[in-house]
Amino acid sequence: MITGKLSHLEQHYDVVVVGGGPAGMAAAVGARDAGAEKILIVDREKEAGGILWQCIHPGFGLHHFKEELTGPEYAQRYLASVMDKGVDVVTGAFVFDADRDRRIQLTSGQHGIRVIDSKALVLGMGARERTRGAIRIPGTRPAGVLTAGLAQKFVNMMGFLPGKRVVILGSGDIGLIMARRLTLEGVEVVGVFEIMPHANGLNRNIVQCLHDFDIPLHLSTTVAHIHGRDRVEKVTVAPVDAALRPIMEKSWDIDCDTLLLSIGLLPENELSRQLGISLDPVTSGPVVSSRMETSMPGVFACGNVVHIHDLVDFVSQESYLAGTNAGEFVTGKRRPADNVRLVPGENVRYCVPHTISTDREHTVYMRVRQPLEKCLIRLGDVYQKKLLYVFPAEMVNLTIRPRFLEQFHGDALRVDVVPRDT
Amino acid sequence: MPDNTLTHYLCIGCPLGCRLEVESDDGDNVVEVRGWTCKKGDAYARQEHIDPRRMVTTTVRVNGGRWARVPVKTSDAVPKGQVEAICRALRSVTLAAPVRMGDVIVRDVFGTGADIVATRDMPAAG
Ligand SMILES: Cc1cc2nc3c(=O)[nH]c(=O)nc-3n(C[C@H](O)[C@H](O)[C@H](O)COP(=O)(O)OP(=O)(O)OC[C@H]3O[C@@H](n4cnc5c(N)ncnc54)[C@H](O)[C@@H]3O)c2cc1C
Ligand code: SF4
Repeated sequence: MITGKLSHLEQHYDVVVVGGGPAGMAAAVGARDAGAEKILIVDREKEAGGILWQCIHPGFGLHHFKEELTGPEYAQRYLASVMDKGVDVVTGAFVFDADRDRRIQLTSGQHGIRVIDSKALVLGMGARERTRGAIRIPGTRPAGVLTAGLAQKFVNMMGFLPGKRVVILGSGDIGLIMARRLTLEGVEVVGVFEIMPHANGLNRNIVQCLHDFDIPLHLSTTVAHIHGRDRVEKVTVAPVDAALRPIMEKSWDIDCDTLLLSIGLLPENELSRQLGISLDPVTSGPVVSSRMETSMPGVFACGNVVHIHDLVDFVSQESYLAGTNAGEFVTGKRRPADNVRLVPGENVRYCVPHTISTDREHTVYMRVRQPLEKCLIRLGDVYQKKLLYVFPAEMVNLTIRPRFLEQFHGDALRVDVVPRDT
Repeated sequence: MPDNTLTHYLCIGCPLGCRLEVESDDGDNVVEVRGWTCKKGDAYARQEHIDPRRMVTTTVRVNGGRWARVPVKTSDAVPKGQVEAICRALRSVTLAAPVRMGDVIVRDVFGTGADIVATRDMPAAG
Protein backbone atom coordinates (compact mmCIF):
# COMPACT_ATOMS: atom_id res chain seq x y z
CA MET A 1 0.00 0.00 0.00
CA ILE A 2 1.39 3.38 -0.90
CA THR A 3 1.77 5.54 2.14
CA GLY A 4 3.98 8.53 2.56
CA LYS A 5 5.01 9.75 5.96
CA LEU A 6 8.69 10.29 6.41
CA SER A 7 9.52 10.25 10.10
CA HIS A 8 13.09 11.47 9.92
CA LEU A 9 14.07 14.29 7.63
CA GLU A 10 17.80 14.76 7.47
CA GLN A 11 19.68 17.98 7.02
CA HIS A 12 22.14 16.98 4.31
CA TYR A 13 21.37 15.13 1.11
CA ASP A 14 23.36 14.32 -2.00
CA VAL A 15 20.45 15.19 -4.27
CA VAL A 16 17.29 17.12 -3.38
CA VAL A 17 14.44 16.99 -5.90
CA VAL A 18 11.76 19.68 -5.69
CA GLY A 19 8.43 18.21 -6.87
CA GLY A 20 7.42 14.56 -6.78
CA GLY A 21 5.55 14.31 -10.08
CA PRO A 22 6.70 12.01 -12.87
CA ALA A 23 9.65 14.37 -13.43
CA GLY A 24 10.83 14.35 -9.83
CA MET A 25 10.32 10.60 -9.44
CA ALA A 26 12.34 9.77 -12.56
CA ALA A 27 15.08 12.19 -11.57
CA ALA A 28 15.41 10.52 -8.15
CA VAL A 29 15.70 7.08 -9.76
CA GLY A 30 18.26 8.42 -12.25
CA ALA A 31 20.34 9.96 -9.47
CA ARG A 32 20.33 6.71 -7.52
CA ASP A 33 21.33 4.69 -10.60
CA ALA A 34 24.22 7.10 -11.16
CA GLY A 35 25.55 6.46 -7.68
CA ALA A 36 24.10 9.22 -5.47
CA GLU A 37 23.33 7.81 -2.04
CA LYS A 38 21.10 10.13 -0.09
CA ILE A 39 18.23 11.43 -2.16
CA LEU A 40 15.19 13.41 -1.06
CA ILE A 41 12.00 14.23 -2.96
CA VAL A 42 9.89 17.06 -1.56
CA ASP A 43 6.26 17.50 -2.62
CA ARG A 44 3.64 19.87 -1.28
CA GLU A 45 0.74 17.46 -1.93
CA LYS A 46 -0.43 14.61 0.31
CA GLU A 47 1.41 12.13 -1.89
CA ALA A 48 4.04 12.13 -4.61
CA GLY A 49 2.83 11.42 -8.16
CA GLY A 50 1.98 14.91 -9.37
CA ILE A 51 -0.82 15.59 -11.79
CA LEU A 52 -1.07 11.89 -12.68
CA TRP A 53 -3.40 10.97 -9.79
CA GLN A 54 -6.20 13.07 -11.21
CA CYS A 55 -5.68 11.90 -14.84
CA ILE A 56 -7.73 8.72 -14.41
CA HIS A 57 -8.06 8.08 -18.16
CA PRO A 58 -5.87 5.66 -20.11
CA GLY A 59 -3.12 6.91 -22.43
CA PHE A 60 -0.01 6.75 -20.25
CA GLY A 61 3.03 4.53 -20.34
CA LEU A 62 2.95 3.09 -23.86
CA HIS A 63 6.62 3.98 -24.33
CA HIS A 64 7.90 3.54 -20.78
CA PHE A 65 6.01 0.50 -19.48
CA LYS A 66 5.10 -0.86 -22.95
CA GLU A 67 1.44 -1.05 -21.99
CA GLU A 68 -1.38 1.43 -21.80
CA LEU A 69 -1.97 2.59 -18.25
CA THR A 70 -4.16 5.17 -16.55
CA GLY A 71 -2.43 8.11 -14.84
CA PRO A 72 -2.81 6.67 -11.30
CA GLU A 73 -1.40 3.30 -12.38
CA TYR A 74 1.62 5.02 -13.92
CA ALA A 75 2.14 7.09 -10.76
CA GLN A 76 1.82 4.16 -8.39
CA ARG A 77 4.14 1.90 -10.39
CA TYR A 78 6.74 4.60 -10.64
CA LEU A 79 6.43 5.48 -6.98
CA ALA A 80 7.00 1.82 -6.09
CA SER A 81 10.37 1.85 -7.87
CA VAL A 82 11.29 5.14 -6.15
CA MET A 83 10.57 3.51 -2.77
CA ASP A 84 12.49 0.36 -3.74
CA LYS A 85 15.55 2.50 -4.39
CA GLY A 86 15.47 3.85 -0.85
CA VAL A 87 14.71 7.45 -1.83
CA ASP A 88 13.30 9.62 0.98
CA VAL A 89 9.99 11.20 0.04
CA VAL A 90 8.56 13.99 2.16
CA THR A 91 5.01 15.08 1.32
CA GLY A 92 2.85 17.92 2.53
CA ALA A 93 6.03 20.02 2.38
CA PHE A 94 6.32 23.19 0.34
CA VAL A 95 9.70 24.44 -0.85
CA PHE A 96 9.60 28.23 -0.60
CA ASP A 97 13.24 29.11 -1.07
CA ALA A 98 16.33 27.86 -2.86
CA ASP A 99 19.72 29.56 -3.06
CA ARG A 100 22.92 29.31 -5.09
CA ASP A 101 24.54 27.09 -2.47
CA ARG A 102 21.82 24.57 -3.36
CA ARG A 103 20.18 24.97 0.01
CA ILE A 104 16.40 24.77 0.14
CA GLN A 105 13.90 25.82 2.76
CA LEU A 106 10.65 23.98 3.20
CA THR A 107 7.63 24.34 5.40
CA SER A 108 5.46 21.43 6.48
CA GLY A 109 2.84 20.66 9.09
CA GLN A 110 4.84 17.67 10.28
CA HIS A 111 8.37 19.08 10.19
CA GLY A 112 7.90 22.83 10.55
CA ILE A 113 10.33 25.09 8.69
CA ARG A 114 13.52 23.26 7.73
CA VAL A 115 16.70 24.17 5.90
CA ILE A 116 18.20 21.34 3.85
CA ASP A 117 21.54 21.23 2.02
CA SER A 118 22.12 19.38 -1.19
CA LYS A 119 25.15 18.73 -3.37
CA ALA A 120 22.90 18.77 -6.45
CA LEU A 121 19.41 20.22 -6.79
CA VAL A 122 16.77 19.08 -9.30
CA LEU A 123 13.81 21.32 -10.12
CA GLY A 124 10.67 19.37 -11.06
CA MET A 125 7.86 21.73 -10.04
CA GLY A 126 5.63 21.03 -13.05
CA ALA A 127 3.23 23.56 -14.48
CA ARG A 128 0.21 25.58 -13.51
CA GLU A 129 -2.93 26.18 -15.55
CA ARG A 130 -3.55 29.52 -17.21
CA THR A 131 -6.52 31.25 -15.65
CA ARG A 132 -9.16 33.77 -16.69
CA GLY A 133 -6.72 36.61 -15.99
CA ALA A 134 -4.36 35.34 -18.69
CA ILE A 135 -6.94 35.97 -21.44
CA ARG A 136 -8.98 38.75 -19.79
CA ILE A 137 -12.54 37.61 -20.51
CA PRO A 138 -14.80 40.63 -19.91
CA GLY A 139 -17.80 40.46 -17.58
CA THR A 140 -18.64 39.94 -13.93
CA ARG A 141 -16.60 37.87 -11.46
CA PRO A 142 -19.04 35.23 -10.21
CA ALA A 143 -18.30 31.79 -8.75
CA GLY A 144 -18.30 28.97 -11.28
CA VAL A 145 -15.34 29.98 -13.46
CA LEU A 146 -12.53 27.49 -12.95
CA THR A 147 -9.72 25.75 -14.78
CA ALA A 148 -10.36 22.31 -16.27
CA GLY A 149 -7.55 20.68 -14.31
CA LEU A 150 -8.92 21.97 -11.01
CA ALA A 151 -12.36 20.63 -11.96
CA GLN A 152 -10.63 17.33 -12.74
CA LYS A 153 -9.20 17.17 -9.22
CA PHE A 154 -12.59 18.09 -7.69
CA VAL A 155 -14.40 15.37 -9.63
CA ASN A 156 -11.83 12.56 -9.68
CA MET A 157 -10.30 12.87 -6.22
CA MET A 158 -12.39 15.05 -3.93
CA GLY A 159 -15.83 13.98 -5.14
CA PHE A 160 -17.33 17.40 -5.94
CA LEU A 161 -19.11 18.26 -9.18
CA PRO A 162 -18.36 21.82 -10.29
CA GLY A 163 -21.88 22.56 -11.58
CA LYS A 164 -24.90 21.29 -13.50
CA ARG A 165 -24.58 22.91 -16.91
CA VAL A 166 -21.08 23.54 -18.19
CA VAL A 167 -19.45 25.41 -21.06
CA ILE A 168 -15.81 24.59 -21.85
CA LEU A 169 -13.43 27.12 -23.37
CA GLY A 170 -10.39 25.62 -25.13
CA SER A 171 -10.07 22.32 -26.98
CA GLY A 172 -6.84 21.08 -25.40
CA ASP A 173 -6.84 17.52 -24.15
CA ILE A 174 -7.69 18.46 -20.57
CA GLY A 175 -10.85 20.26 -21.73
CA LEU A 176 -11.89 17.36 -23.95
CA ILE A 177 -11.23 14.78 -21.23
CA MET A 178 -13.30 16.84 -18.79
CA ALA A 179 -16.19 17.10 -21.28
CA ARG A 180 -16.46 13.31 -21.16
CA ARG A 181 -15.83 13.02 -17.43
CA LEU A 182 -18.57 15.46 -16.52
CA THR A 183 -21.02 13.87 -18.98
CA LEU A 184 -20.39 10.45 -17.44
CA GLU A 185 -21.05 11.94 -13.99
CA GLY A 186 -24.43 13.25 -15.16
CA VAL A 187 -23.44 16.89 -15.76
CA GLU A 188 -24.70 18.54 -18.95
CA VAL A 189 -21.86 19.81 -21.17
CA VAL A 190 -23.31 22.36 -23.60
CA GLY A 191 -20.28 22.62 -25.87
CA VAL A 192 -16.57 23.17 -26.30
CA PHE A 193 -15.43 26.50 -27.78
CA GLU A 194 -12.07 26.97 -29.48
CA ILE A 195 -10.75 30.31 -30.69
CA MET A 196 -8.40 28.73 -33.27
CA PRO A 197 -9.67 27.24 -36.54
CA HIS A 198 -8.40 23.80 -35.50
CA ALA A 199 -8.82 21.66 -32.40
CA ASN A 200 -5.85 21.48 -30.01
CA GLY A 201 -6.41 18.01 -28.63
CA LEU A 202 -5.75 14.53 -29.98
CA ASN A 203 -8.17 13.12 -32.55
CA ARG A 204 -8.71 10.24 -30.20
CA ASN A 205 -10.10 12.66 -27.64
CA ILE A 206 -12.21 14.52 -30.20
CA VAL A 207 -13.85 11.22 -31.16
CA GLN A 208 -14.07 9.50 -27.79
CA CYS A 209 -14.79 12.52 -25.59
CA LEU A 210 -16.98 14.67 -27.86
CA HIS A 211 -18.42 12.67 -30.80
CA ASP A 212 -19.34 9.71 -28.57
CA PHE A 213 -21.59 11.99 -26.51
CA ASP A 214 -22.75 14.40 -29.26
CA ILE A 215 -21.00 17.33 -27.59
CA PRO A 216 -20.52 20.07 -30.19
CA LEU A 217 -17.09 21.62 -30.86
CA HIS A 218 -17.29 25.22 -32.11
CA LEU A 219 -14.07 26.25 -33.86
CA SER A 220 -13.03 29.90 -34.40
CA THR A 221 -15.39 30.81 -31.57
CA THR A 222 -14.70 32.19 -28.11
CA VAL A 223 -16.36 33.22 -24.87
CA ALA A 224 -16.74 37.00 -25.14
CA HIS A 225 -18.53 37.78 -21.86
CA ILE A 226 -19.37 36.20 -18.52
CA HIS A 227 -22.69 37.08 -16.82
CA GLY A 228 -24.01 36.47 -13.30
CA ARG A 229 -23.81 38.12 -9.90
CA ASP A 230 -22.89 35.44 -7.35
CA ARG A 231 -22.79 32.46 -9.67
CA VAL A 232 -22.31 32.21 -13.44
CA GLU A 233 -25.75 32.58 -15.08
CA LYS A 234 -24.80 32.66 -18.73
CA VAL A 235 -21.94 33.32 -21.13
CA THR A 236 -21.90 35.15 -24.45
CA VAL A 237 -20.03 33.31 -27.17
CA ALA A 238 -19.01 34.78 -30.52
CA PRO A 239 -17.20 33.71 -33.66
CA VAL A 240 -13.85 35.46 -34.19
CA ASP A 241 -12.36 37.28 -37.17
CA ALA A 242 -8.94 36.63 -38.70
CA ALA A 243 -7.30 38.70 -35.94
CA LEU A 244 -9.10 36.50 -33.35
CA ARG A 245 -11.37 39.39 -32.28
CA PRO A 246 -14.97 38.38 -31.40
CA ILE A 247 -17.61 39.44 -33.95
CA MET A 248 -20.27 40.65 -31.52
CA GLU A 249 -23.02 41.02 -34.15
CA LYS A 250 -22.93 37.25 -34.54
CA SER A 251 -22.76 36.43 -30.83
CA TRP A 252 -25.26 34.38 -28.85
CA ASP A 253 -25.94 33.65 -25.18
CA ILE A 254 -25.78 30.28 -23.46
CA ASP A 255 -27.36 29.58 -20.06
CA CYS A 256 -24.93 27.74 -17.81
CA ASP A 257 -23.71 27.74 -14.21
CA THR A 258 -20.08 26.84 -14.89
CA LEU A 259 -17.32 27.85 -17.29
CA LEU A 260 -14.28 25.58 -17.50
CA LEU A 261 -11.06 27.01 -18.91
CA SER A 262 -8.66 24.73 -20.74
CA ILE A 263 -6.36 27.35 -22.17
CA GLY A 264 -2.90 25.98 -21.56
CA LEU A 265 -0.25 25.40 -18.94
CA LEU A 266 2.59 27.61 -17.75
CA PRO A 267 5.79 26.21 -16.19
CA GLU A 268 5.93 26.98 -12.49
CA ASN A 269 9.22 28.83 -12.06
CA GLU A 270 9.02 31.01 -8.95
CA LEU A 271 11.91 29.07 -7.40
CA SER A 272 13.93 29.28 -10.62
CA ARG A 273 13.48 33.05 -10.60
CA GLN A 274 14.51 33.22 -6.96
CA LEU A 275 17.63 31.26 -7.87
CA GLY A 276 18.36 33.67 -10.70
CA ILE A 277 18.88 31.00 -13.36
CA SER A 278 18.34 31.92 -17.03
CA LEU A 279 14.85 31.35 -18.39
CA ASP A 280 13.84 30.94 -22.04
CA PRO A 281 11.12 33.48 -22.89
CA VAL A 282 9.54 31.04 -25.37
CA THR A 283 9.17 28.02 -23.08
CA SER A 284 8.98 30.11 -19.86
CA GLY A 285 11.25 27.43 -18.40
CA PRO A 286 14.96 27.27 -17.56
CA VAL A 287 17.56 27.19 -20.30
CA VAL A 288 19.15 23.73 -20.03
CA SER A 289 22.20 21.97 -21.40
CA SER A 290 22.16 18.40 -22.67
CA ARG A 291 22.86 17.37 -19.07
CA MET A 292 19.53 19.04 -18.20
CA GLU A 293 21.60 21.44 -16.11
CA THR A 294 20.47 25.03 -15.77
CA SER A 295 22.72 28.07 -16.05
CA MET A 296 23.69 27.45 -12.40
CA PRO A 297 26.11 24.52 -12.01
CA GLY A 298 24.66 21.70 -9.93
CA VAL A 299 21.08 22.83 -10.46
CA PHE A 300 19.13 20.62 -12.87
CA ALA A 301 15.57 20.89 -14.21
CA CYS A 302 13.17 18.53 -15.97
CA GLY A 303 9.55 17.87 -16.92
CA ASN A 304 6.83 20.48 -17.30
CA VAL A 305 8.86 23.05 -15.42
CA VAL A 306 11.22 23.16 -18.44
CA HIS A 307 8.68 22.87 -21.25
CA ILE A 308 5.11 21.58 -21.48
CA HIS A 309 4.98 17.91 -22.40
CA ASP A 310 2.02 16.04 -23.83
CA LEU A 311 3.28 12.55 -23.03
CA VAL A 312 4.37 11.55 -19.57
CA ASP A 313 6.71 8.92 -21.02
CA PHE A 314 8.94 11.67 -22.41
CA VAL A 315 8.83 13.44 -19.05
CA SER A 316 10.16 10.28 -17.43
CA GLN A 317 12.87 9.88 -20.08
CA GLU A 318 14.07 13.49 -19.93
CA SER A 319 13.95 13.53 -16.13
CA TYR A 320 15.82 10.26 -15.71
CA LEU A 321 18.61 11.91 -17.71
CA ALA A 322 18.48 14.99 -15.47
CA GLY A 323 18.72 12.76 -12.41
CA THR A 324 21.61 10.77 -13.85
CA ASN A 325 23.54 13.96 -14.40
CA ALA A 326 22.71 15.24 -10.93
CA GLY A 327 24.06 11.95 -9.57
CA GLU A 328 27.21 12.28 -11.67
CA PHE A 329 27.66 15.84 -10.43
CA VAL A 330 27.72 14.43 -6.90
CA THR A 331 30.06 11.51 -7.63
CA GLY A 332 32.34 13.71 -9.69
CA LYS A 333 32.30 11.77 -12.97
CA ARG A 334 30.85 14.37 -15.27
CA ARG A 335 30.33 13.90 -18.99
CA PRO A 336 31.96 16.51 -21.27
CA ALA A 337 30.35 19.93 -21.54
CA ASP A 338 28.32 21.05 -24.55
CA ASN A 339 29.96 22.80 -27.47
CA VAL A 340 27.04 23.46 -29.85
CA ARG A 341 24.05 25.78 -29.45
CA LEU A 342 20.73 24.76 -31.06
CA VAL A 343 19.04 27.68 -32.78
CA PRO A 344 15.31 27.35 -33.55
CA GLY A 345 14.90 28.23 -37.25
CA GLU A 346 12.02 27.96 -39.69
CA ASN A 347 8.79 26.64 -38.15
CA VAL A 348 10.52 25.70 -34.89
CA ARG A 349 9.31 27.43 -31.71
CA TYR A 350 11.92 26.00 -29.40
CA CYS A 351 14.38 23.16 -28.83
CA VAL A 352 15.18 21.44 -25.52
CA PRO A 353 17.96 21.03 -24.57
CA HIS A 354 19.26 24.41 -25.69
CA THR A 355 22.80 23.09 -26.27
CA ILE A 356 24.34 19.71 -27.15
CA SER A 357 27.80 18.20 -27.52
CA THR A 358 29.30 16.53 -30.56
CA ASP A 359 30.73 13.53 -28.70
CA ARG A 360 27.60 11.57 -27.77
CA GLU A 361 24.01 10.76 -28.67
CA HIS A 362 21.28 13.28 -27.85
CA THR A 363 17.51 13.38 -27.90
CA VAL A 364 16.20 16.81 -28.82
CA TYR A 365 12.58 17.78 -28.12
CA MET A 366 10.97 20.57 -30.08
CA ARG A 367 7.67 22.18 -30.98
CA VAL A 368 6.69 23.50 -34.39
CA ARG A 369 4.65 26.63 -35.11
CA GLN A 370 2.58 25.39 -38.07
CA PRO A 371 1.23 21.97 -39.02
CA LEU A 372 2.96 20.44 -42.06
CA GLU A 373 2.57 17.19 -43.94
CA LYS A 374 5.42 15.37 -45.68
CA CYS A 375 8.19 17.49 -44.25
CA LEU A 376 11.83 17.45 -43.38
CA ILE A 377 13.58 18.21 -40.15
CA ARG A 378 17.02 19.71 -40.79
CA LEU A 379 19.97 20.29 -38.46
CA GLY A 380 22.22 22.70 -40.31
CA ASP A 381 23.74 20.56 -43.03
CA VAL A 382 24.75 17.86 -40.58
CA TYR A 383 21.63 15.80 -40.44
CA GLN A 384 18.13 15.58 -41.87
CA LYS A 385 15.17 13.32 -41.40
CA LYS A 386 11.86 12.91 -43.21
CA LEU A 387 8.67 13.19 -41.20
CA LEU A 388 5.17 12.26 -42.35
CA TYR A 389 3.63 15.17 -40.43
CA VAL A 390 4.22 17.67 -37.64
CA PHE A 391 1.58 19.35 -35.43
CA PRO A 392 2.04 22.16 -32.89
CA ALA A 393 0.12 20.12 -30.30
CA GLU A 394 2.46 17.16 -30.66
CA MET A 395 6.02 17.43 -29.45
CA VAL A 396 8.60 16.32 -32.02
CA ASN A 397 11.57 14.38 -30.74
CA LEU A 398 14.70 13.58 -32.61
CA THR A 399 17.61 11.35 -31.68
CA ILE A 400 20.95 12.40 -33.17
CA ARG A 401 23.88 10.01 -33.26
CA PRO A 402 27.44 11.24 -32.73
CA ARG A 403 28.55 10.08 -36.18
CA PHE A 404 26.55 12.96 -37.67
CA LEU A 405 27.87 15.48 -35.19
CA GLU A 406 31.53 14.47 -35.20
CA GLN A 407 32.21 16.23 -38.49
CA PHE A 408 30.64 19.46 -37.28
CA HIS A 409 33.06 22.17 -36.13
CA GLY A 410 30.87 25.26 -35.72
CA ASP A 411 29.31 26.41 -32.48
CA ALA A 412 25.65 26.80 -33.53
CA LEU A 413 23.27 24.52 -35.42
CA ARG A 414 20.07 25.83 -36.91
CA VAL A 415 17.03 23.56 -36.69
CA ASP A 416 14.36 23.88 -39.40
CA VAL A 417 11.19 21.94 -40.17
CA VAL A 418 10.37 22.59 -43.82
CA PRO A 419 8.22 21.15 -46.61
CA ARG A 420 10.02 18.32 -48.38
CA ASP A 421 10.52 19.93 -51.79
CA THR A 422 12.46 23.02 -50.64
CA MET B 1 -25.75 -0.13 -54.86
CA PRO B 2 -28.42 2.62 -54.56
CA ASP B 3 -29.48 1.16 -51.19
CA ASN B 4 -25.96 1.33 -49.79
CA THR B 5 -25.40 3.75 -46.92
CA LEU B 6 -22.36 5.92 -46.21
CA THR B 7 -21.15 6.51 -42.66
CA HIS B 8 -18.28 8.80 -41.71
CA TYR B 9 -15.58 8.39 -39.09
CA LEU B 10 -12.56 10.41 -38.01
CA CYS B 11 -9.51 8.17 -37.80
CA ILE B 12 -7.81 8.33 -34.39
CA GLY B 13 -4.72 6.37 -35.44
CA CYS B 14 -2.48 9.43 -35.75
CA PRO B 15 -2.70 13.23 -35.84
CA LEU B 16 -3.39 13.28 -39.61
CA GLY B 17 -7.00 12.48 -38.72
CA CYS B 18 -8.11 11.03 -42.05
CA ARG B 19 -11.84 11.35 -42.78
CA LEU B 20 -13.00 7.81 -43.34
CA GLU B 21 -16.10 6.79 -45.26
CA VAL B 22 -17.67 3.37 -44.82
CA GLU B 23 -20.03 2.12 -47.49
CA SER B 24 -22.31 -0.62 -46.23
CA ASP B 25 -25.12 -2.64 -47.85
CA ASP B 26 -28.67 -3.06 -46.52
CA GLY B 27 -27.50 -5.90 -44.26
CA ASP B 28 -24.96 -3.45 -42.76
CA ASN B 29 -22.05 -5.40 -44.22
CA VAL B 30 -19.04 -3.25 -45.04
CA VAL B 31 -18.64 -2.98 -48.82
CA GLU B 32 -15.77 -0.54 -48.92
CA VAL B 33 -13.77 1.82 -46.73
CA ARG B 34 -12.43 5.00 -48.33
CA GLY B 35 -10.37 7.96 -47.21
CA TRP B 36 -7.53 6.32 -45.35
CA THR B 37 -3.86 7.02 -45.89
CA CYS B 38 -2.60 3.86 -44.26
CA LYS B 39 -4.05 0.43 -43.46
CA LYS B 40 -4.67 1.35 -39.83
CA GLY B 41 -7.50 3.59 -40.98
CA ASP B 42 -9.19 0.81 -42.88
CA ALA B 43 -9.09 -1.53 -39.88
CA TYR B 44 -10.25 1.21 -37.50
CA ALA B 45 -13.27 2.12 -39.64
CA ARG B 46 -14.38 -1.52 -39.87
CA GLN B 47 -14.06 -2.00 -36.10
CA GLU B 48 -15.90 1.25 -35.34
CA HIS B 49 -18.64 0.36 -37.80
CA ILE B 50 -19.22 -3.22 -36.71
CA ASP B 51 -18.37 -3.30 -33.02
CA PRO B 52 -17.20 -0.01 -31.44
CA ARG B 53 -15.64 -0.57 -28.02
CA ARG B 54 -14.27 1.69 -25.29
CA MET B 55 -12.24 1.41 -22.15
CA VAL B 56 -14.26 2.97 -19.35
CA THR B 57 -12.50 4.99 -16.66
CA THR B 58 -14.49 6.62 -13.88
CA THR B 59 -14.42 6.91 -10.09
CA VAL B 60 -16.21 5.25 -7.19
CA ARG B 61 -17.05 6.72 -3.78
CA VAL B 62 -14.83 5.50 -0.94
CA ASN B 63 -15.33 6.06 2.79
CA GLY B 64 -12.44 6.65 5.16
CA GLY B 65 -9.82 7.02 2.44
CA ARG B 66 -7.08 9.56 1.77
CA TRP B 67 -9.35 10.92 -0.98
CA ALA B 68 -13.14 10.75 -1.43
CA ARG B 69 -13.01 8.90 -4.77
CA VAL B 70 -11.02 5.97 -6.02
CA PRO B 71 -10.37 5.71 -9.78
CA VAL B 72 -11.47 2.53 -11.59
CA LYS B 73 -11.34 1.10 -15.10
CA THR B 74 -12.83 -1.76 -17.06
CA SER B 75 -10.36 -4.62 -17.42
CA ASP B 76 -11.19 -4.71 -21.16
CA ALA B 77 -12.86 -2.49 -23.68
CA VAL B 78 -16.67 -2.83 -23.54
CA PRO B 79 -19.31 -2.12 -26.22
CA LYS B 80 -19.62 1.64 -26.62
CA GLY B 81 -23.37 1.53 -25.99
CA GLN B 82 -22.80 0.24 -22.43
CA VAL B 83 -20.45 3.00 -21.26
CA GLU B 84 -23.06 5.36 -19.83
CA ALA B 85 -25.03 2.59 -18.12
CA ILE B 86 -21.87 1.27 -16.44
CA CYS B 87 -20.99 4.70 -15.08
CA ARG B 88 -24.56 5.26 -13.87
CA ALA B 89 -24.55 1.91 -12.04
CA LEU B 90 -21.21 2.68 -10.38
CA ARG B 91 -22.67 5.82 -8.82
CA SER B 92 -24.50 3.66 -6.27
CA VAL B 93 -21.35 1.80 -5.18
CA THR B 94 -19.54 2.84 -2.00
CA LEU B 95 -16.26 1.24 -0.94
CA ALA B 96 -14.44 1.36 2.38
CA ALA B 97 -10.72 2.19 2.56
CA PRO B 98 -8.23 0.67 2.25
CA VAL B 99 -8.53 -0.35 -1.40
CA ARG B 100 -5.68 -1.83 -3.43
CA MET B 101 -4.76 -1.23 -7.05
CA GLY B 102 -6.15 -4.17 -9.02
CA ASP B 103 -8.98 -4.95 -6.55
CA VAL B 104 -12.06 -6.11 -8.45
CA ILE B 105 -14.96 -3.81 -7.61
CA VAL B 106 -17.60 -5.41 -9.88
CA ARG B 107 -17.09 -8.74 -11.64
CA ASP B 108 -18.30 -9.19 -15.24
CA VAL B 109 -20.06 -5.85 -15.37
CA PHE B 110 -23.39 -6.13 -17.26
CA GLY B 111 -22.29 -9.44 -18.75
CA THR B 112 -19.59 -7.76 -20.86
CA GLY B 113 -16.92 -10.14 -19.55
CA ALA B 114 -14.97 -7.13 -18.23
CA ASP B 115 -14.39 -6.44 -14.54
CA ILE B 116 -14.31 -3.05 -12.86
CA VAL B 117 -10.92 -2.76 -11.14
CA ALA B 118 -9.34 -0.10 -8.94
CA THR B 119 -6.44 1.74 -10.58
CA ARG B 120 -4.66 2.87 -7.42
CA ASP B 121 -4.22 2.06 -3.74
CA MET B 122 -6.43 4.08 -1.48
CA PRO B 123 -4.94 4.03 2.00
CA ALA B 124 -7.05 4.98 5.00
CA ALA B 125 -7.02 8.70 5.80
CA GLY B 126 -4.40 10.04 8.19
C1 LIG C 1 -5.25 16.94 -17.44
C2 LIG C 1 -4.01 16.35 -18.02
C3 LIG C 1 -4.13 15.24 -18.86
C4 LIG C 1 -2.98 14.61 -19.34
N1 LIG C 1 -3.14 13.50 -20.12
C5 LIG C 1 -2.03 12.79 -20.50
C6 LIG C 1 -2.15 11.55 -21.22
O1 LIG C 1 -3.26 11.11 -21.57
N2 LIG C 1 -1.02 10.85 -21.52
C7 LIG C 1 0.21 11.33 -21.14
O2 LIG C 1 1.21 10.64 -21.38
N3 LIG C 1 0.35 12.52 -20.50
C8 LIG C 1 -0.73 13.26 -20.16
N4 LIG C 1 -0.58 14.46 -19.48
C9 LIG C 1 0.77 15.01 -19.29
C10 LIG C 1 1.54 14.53 -18.07
O3 LIG C 1 0.66 14.20 -17.03
C11 LIG C 1 2.47 15.63 -17.63
O4 LIG C 1 3.31 15.91 -18.71
C12 LIG C 1 3.32 15.24 -16.42
O5 LIG C 1 2.50 14.98 -15.31
C13 LIG C 1 4.31 16.34 -16.05
O6 LIG C 1 5.09 15.89 -14.97
P1 LIG C 1 5.85 16.88 -13.97
O7 LIG C 1 6.44 16.01 -12.92
O8 LIG C 1 6.72 17.78 -14.75
O9 LIG C 1 4.73 17.81 -13.34
P2 LIG C 1 3.56 17.51 -12.30
O10 LIG C 1 2.92 16.21 -12.55
O11 LIG C 1 2.70 18.72 -12.33
O12 LIG C 1 4.30 17.42 -10.88
C14 LIG C 1 4.88 18.53 -10.24
C15 LIG C 1 4.87 18.29 -8.74
O13 LIG C 1 5.66 19.27 -8.08
C16 LIG C 1 5.03 19.69 -6.90
N5 LIG C 1 5.53 21.03 -6.56
C17 LIG C 1 5.55 22.12 -7.36
N6 LIG C 1 6.12 23.17 -6.74
C18 LIG C 1 6.48 22.73 -5.51
C19 LIG C 1 7.12 23.35 -4.39
N7 LIG C 1 7.51 24.64 -4.42
N8 LIG C 1 7.34 22.60 -3.28
C20 LIG C 1 6.96 21.29 -3.25
N9 LIG C 1 6.35 20.66 -4.27
C21 LIG C 1 6.12 21.36 -5.39
C22 LIG C 1 3.55 19.63 -7.26
O14 LIG C 1 2.75 19.50 -6.11
C23 LIG C 1 3.49 18.38 -8.14
O15 LIG C 1 3.22 17.22 -7.38
C24 LIG C 1 -1.71 15.13 -19.00
C25 LIG C 1 -1.61 16.28 -18.20
C26 LIG C 1 -2.74 16.89 -17.70
C27 LIG C 1 -2.60 18.12 -16.83
S1 SF4 D 1 -5.59 6.36 -41.82
FE1 SF4 D 1 -3.46 6.11 -41.19
S2 SF4 D 1 -2.58 8.10 -41.72
FE2 SF4 D 1 -4.78 8.42 -41.71
S3 SF4 D 1 -5.23 9.14 -39.61
FE3 SF4 D 1 -5.50 6.91 -39.65
S4 SF4 D 1 -3.54 6.14 -38.93
FE4 SF4 D 1 -3.17 8.26 -39.57
